Amino acid sequence: MTVAAPTSRHWSKPPLIRRAWLRWALGLGAVVYLALALGTTEINWTRVWEGVPRGARFFAAFFPPNFTSRAGDIADGILESLWMTVVATAIGIAISIPVGIGAAKNIAPGAVYYFCRGILAVSRSFQEIILAIFFVKLFGFGPFAGVVTLSFATIGFYGKLLAEDIEDMDPSQAEAVRATGAGWLQWINYGVQPQVMPRVIGLGLYRFDINFRESAVVGIVGAGGIGATLDTAFNRYEFDSAAAILLVIIAIVMLVEYSSGYIRRWVR
Amino acid sequence: MLRIKGLAKRYPTGDVALKGVDLDVPGAEVMALIGPSGAGKSTLIRCINRLVEPTAGSVTLNGTEITALGRRDLRRARRRMGMIFQEYALVERLTVMENVLSGRLGYVGFWQSFARRFPQADVDEAFRLLARVGLDHMADKRADELSGGQRQRVGICRALIQNPDLLLVDEPTASLDPKTSRQIMRLIKELCEERKLTAIINIHDVMLAQIFAERIVGLRFGEVVYDGPPADLTAEVLTKIYGEEDWSATIRKVGEAAEETAEPPANVVALESRKPHRDRMAGLS
Repeated sequence: MTVAAPTSRHWSKPPLIRRAWLRWALGLGAVVYLALALGTTEINWTRVWEGVPRGARFFAAFFPPNFTSRAGDIADGILESLWMTVVATAIGIAISIPVGIGAAKNIAPGAVYYFCRGILAVSRSFQEIILAIFFVKLFGFGPFAGVVTLSFATIGFYGKLLAEDIEDMDPSQAEAVRATGAGWLQWINYGVQPQVMPRVIGLGLYRFDINFRESAVVGIVGAGGIGATLDTAFNRYEFDSAAAILLVIIAIVMLVEYSSGYIRRWVR
Repeated sequence: MLRIKGLAKRYPTGDVALKGVDLDVPGAEVMALIGPSGAGKSTLIRCINRLVEPTAGSVTLNGTEITALGRRDLRRARRRMGMIFQEYALVERLTVMENVLSGRLGYVGFWQSFARRFPQADVDEAFRLLARVGLDHMADKRADELSGGQRQRVGICRALIQNPDLLLVDEPTASLDPKTSRQIMRLIKELCEERKLTAIINIHDVMLAQIFAERIVGLRFGEVVYDGPPADLTAEVLTKIYGEEDWSATIRKVGEAAEETAEPPANVVALESRKPHRDRMAGLS
């Protein structure tokens, strides 16, 4: 039996941008800009070259790390940082949960939605360092300013991601709970909360991790914690103590990382 | 008992789902609502308990005009309308027991439900219902560990523990295999008979509707185009509801369907004496 020769039709994947001129203009524009940007970046290779041995000396000064001579200061700093982290994470999450619920478009009425989104936008628009400088000016040096900084930063992070998780939930489960005649709080507790719980816990642990690392940074601008100790060590040129502090920070971050991974698997 | 008058729904997108539906459901009966996709079946059912707000018309259940109620009274009214969903709509991360007890949320306070301290009578009823559908040994399993048929039976328990006057059932068999579909439909029908309940069942499968419903309402383009007994569902009627198609295969089964309801359903027995047949029920997943 003869098979009719199939007429072959050309096919290729449709382009992301349909209009050819726009596609080419965007591509060329990006290439030209990048070339110009690279061309105008001044790299002084002699200074880079001089910097290498200085960096090596600097690193050499870290070794061996000295845990003992400033042990008391390091312990105090770490404990203060941990305290700041725990308190700030707890306060931040406690505020983020209602804000996050209010910022979920699928469950919050218009006015509440925009108000809560506004809070999140303000919180997210400032980096921790800027917030810390501001709060140190406001409340004076010390860990209190650090706690306020980290709590405030937590709201933007946690609230936004929580709101997004709520917006991604399965509406039919929530609808089924609503159909039973449940009240609003009951509806949140039975229809919404179980769906976002793994995220609530996972994000909480992740934010704890971030807050600990940030607590080391905000200390440098005077907001207490291990960062203040680290800053002091650098200012006194005690690089071996500074190295010890850095190692302790790395160890704690790794510990938190490992345990949070474990807990997240467990709550799935 | 249930009276729907001039019910209309126009979605904000401009889609008209219902154009003036009138429907009277006088007493306990199982009514199937059939029609093509997009005919407004789901919208009609959701307008009854106002999960979807109707644009016009009224729904009256046992003398209460549902469409006129404020938020608080609407919640109260919803307690008397149990709903069973397509794809089960169980809260996946809650246990079977929590899902069943969530049917009592309209009756208990927030803190009581938050602490999962439901009245003993509710817990007893929940176990009784789970035993009735053969799942009492699954009470502490998480809902997402169950098979489709098992989940839908939990969904049925959640609706029934509300102690409803009316069951709203939305495509209960849409994701179940043919055998499980029949078992679920039979279970709903039996439970309605036991409790003298009225059920409105949205269903795609015309044959299942013919087998298990006493009355069939056909919906097309948001209007009722057929309302009558299953036996009168002729090829002409199906064409009126769904449009032109060869209906002979569907129609021929009507006679056999009648036989099926007549034969003593083996599963009724299985459901009544639960213990020895538990494995069978579990196997029906």
